[in-house]
Amino acid sequence: MRVKLLYFAWVREKTGKAEEDVDLPPGVDTVAELVAWLKQRGPEYAEAFRRAEVIRAAIDRTHVRPEASLAGASEIAFFPPVTGG
Amino acid sequence: MSVRVQTADFEVGAEIAGLTAGRTDIGAVVSFTGRMRADNEGKAIAGMTLEHYPGMTESELERVAAEAHARWPLQASLIVHRVGALKPGDNIVLVITASRHRQAAFSAAEFLMDYLKTSAPFWKKELDAEGRAAWVEARASDERAADRWQLPSASDG
Repeated sequence: MRVKLLYFAWVREKTGKAEEDVDLPPGVDTVAELVAWLKQRGPEYAEAFRRAEVIRAAIDRTHVRPEASLAGASEIAFFPPVTGG
Repeated sequence: MSVRVQTADFEVGAEIAGLTAGRTDIGAVVSFTGRMRADNEGKAIAGMTLEHYPGMTESELERVAAEAHARWPLQASLIVHRVGALKPGDNIVLVITASRHRQAAFSAAEFLMDYLKTSAPFWKKELDAEGRAAWVEARASDERAADRWQLPSASDG
């Protein structure tokens, strides 16, 4: 399954990219599994997702938890806790 | 119910006038303006950049506004949030709520601010006096402020 990944704030700075299209390999079915897969794609990903427990995710522009399923997702975003207002 | 994300400044009086123009059903208007301070946690701050997630930001602000309209009898509401480069003294965010009586407008304005701070995808990067940039950390106190609006769930009896 092909999905678009978006990175914001320090997650974007550490991965070195704002967005990319990736083909999800078999066995990557949840947000947590996607994070684990991304972490082993290279040192910049390992560093960006080192504190994976603080990183938040959204699927198709809705906040989700790590156990959320990726089924049917087209856009998955990773970012630090929000600091607006 | 209206939300806007923009780089331009806003003028509070003009926004209130626009929201209430021609309306004779509104008896109370509350506005909150968030501004940038020149200090944060004891450090001098020279400037700030606000990043956001275009598309999700607007939909989260609309979701939060819809929740406020569901909880209180509001006649109108407006959220304006700035993005981009800001300096101390600049406006950051504006919330306006309008209702027949004051209590709904007061409560809904506070709710909107507490909720947007923990759910709308904005990120602040501060620049100190020496030109060093650092991402602002989320505050536990903001999470607690949002949590107090949680409705009791069915399982709580």
